[in-house]
Amino acid sequence: MMSRDLNSTAGATAPIAMDDAIAAPAGSARSARRRSNIPVAIAALWLLLLIVTSAFAAWLPLTDPADDTGHTHLTPFTSWSEPLGTDQLGRSQLSRVVYGARISLAAGVLSAAIAFVVGMAIGLVAGYRRGLFDDLVGLITDALLSFPGLVVLLALAATMGPSLRVVVVGLSIVSLPTFIRLSRANTLRVSTTDFVTAARATGASTPRILSREVLPNIVGPVSTYGVVIVAVLIVAESSLSYLGLGVRPPTPTWGVMISEGQSQLAAHPWSVAVPGLALFSTVYSLNMIGEWLRRRDGLSNRI
Amino acid sequence: MTRFVAGRLGRLVFVLLLVTFATTWFLDLTPSSPAIAIAGPDAQPEILEAINEQYGFNDPLVTRYGRWINDVTHGDLGRSYLTRQPVTESLVARLPVTIELTLLATVLALVLSVPAAMITAYRSGSRIDRGTDVFTSIVLCMPSFLTALLLIYVFAIKLHWFPIQGWVPISRSLTDNLRGAFLPALTVAMTEIVAFQRVLRADLIQTLQQDYIAMARSKGISTSRIMVRHALRPSSLSLITLGGISVARLLAGTIVVEIVFTLPGVGRLLVNAVLNKDLIMVQGLVLFIAGVYLVVNLLVDILYAAVDPRVRVR
Repeated sequence: MMSRDLNSTAGATAPIAMDDAIAAPAGSARSARRRSNIPVAIAALWLLLLIVTSAFAAWLPLTDPADDTGHTHLTPFTSWSEPLGTDQLGRSQLSRVVYGARISLAAGVLSAAIAFVVGMAIGLVAGYRRGLFDDLVGLITDALLSFPGLVVLLALAATMGPSLRVVVVGLSIVSLPTFIRLSRANTLRVSTTDFVTAARATGASTPRILSREVLPNIVGPVSTYGVVIVAVLIVAESSLSYLGLGVRPPTPTWGVMISEGQSQLAAHPWSVAVPGLALFSTVYSLNMIGEWLRRRDGLSNRI
Repeated sequence: MTRFVAGRLGRLVFVLLLVTFATTWFLDLTPSSPAIAIAGPDAQPEILEAINEQYGFNDPLVTRYGRWINDVTHGDLGRSYLTRQPVTESLVARLPVTIELTLLATVLALVLSVPAAMITAYRSGSRIDRGTDVFTSIVLCMPSFLTALLLIYVFAIKLHWFPIQGWVPISRSLTDNLRGAFLPALTVAMTEIVAFQRVLRADLIQTLQQDYIAMARSKGISTSRIMVRHALRPSSLSLITLGGISVARLLAGTIVVEIVFTLPGVGRLLVNAVLNKDLIMVQGLVLFIAGVYLVVNLLVDILYAAVDPRVRVR
């Protein structure tokens, strides 16, 4: 059963992302080697910088992301006022990257949070009560997982029209089954522990057992995975924007910036490289922190 | 076994119905009606009404869905709202590019990942292994359109080894066709290479600890022969499973790559249909892609169950 589950999950979440089994390298040699925490600290710093600057973007001394500075295709690090250069319309790359981070983070975190809460609730009840409800949930999560996520997002964009709201709804739907499965599996594990049996023996009601005994024990493991999901969703958001099916221009997003800079890749690679590096660093940082969290959890379990 | 296959088949049909019905249902939630998408935003109300009548957009949801499904079972996916071309015809015309891309990517993934896995597994923990690990984690964090642009910049713009874009049909020139298809196929293959390499490496490391490997070594068999004949064969089972899954994944993966390289494949057809709100085309293509994806997944599951009977219990 286990192998079959792993197998179908691997096929399903894949189109927009790599599955977990592959993302986390196997092999005891790797985990046994001591790893330095400095890269993790750098990753955390980058994310913090991104969050702070995008949250306070309006108060920072940035050029308006829609304004023409008068110099098109300025190379980065050649001007004090525009350290990251300008794009084909003379707009500030620094400002656009900061405002683009808003969309990426909002889409990634918001949809992961929605899927997290809804998926946790469904998985909790399905895993604890079992029976018909569990079977039904299993059937629907299997259905959602056995379908390319990008195609769901494309179909949504086709019918609802591209906008941030549609993107967030779509990304929540696509990541929902993963959270359902994770919380269900963790609920199954916790439900058999002695303290749950004890709570049941003392006559505690099911809602009370779920909220006081089971929930606190599954939030940790599931949210560890949530960090990686946010990274996956940020990639998905940028892919949609890049295809013109996500947040539309003139709103600056990393995907839109890359797609606009692409036509002049040969002459002005920086207009693709700047948003591309921002996107890559963010995804890499999130993955690194996710892996660090899981490694830490793995160690604390063993002690 | 028959019951297992029947169960999985039933689930496949259920998922397909669920997905296509959901697509039809979304239609009703569309802010602008499909008639406006066909006639344009400035069309007269009478024209819109005529279109609604002609296409049957006024019928209830279930009737429309039933009609579409009925046509599908007769092999008719309808005609594009925009070009009036049958959906099946456009699909068949675009299919060869996507198939070629998928096959080439699979070949590239195998050719590059198997030797890489053998070297990193044999020298696990070495500088080469750690370097590969860093490289593969970087690749995993690259969205495919970014990988594509990086490859274009390095190999097409700077080194001039490959054309930047443009698709030459095989019928015209095989070498030009392969030159044009190489970078797109490599982009699609990139994540698969990493997946194969990581899984196979982990498997090989386990196999290399077996007694019969030590036995082979003590008999004085050369390293390369041990790696290929003794270690690779038992380790390649999971690779076969992964390969089947990845064929399905590649199909979805080509969508973005076809856009970046402007290749005339099914993925671009889908994205263009989405952008033009050509909903009947979208519905047909969603059915097709989902169908292929699900059938391949099903075959992998069956193969898996045939190899490992424990899987069947559930």
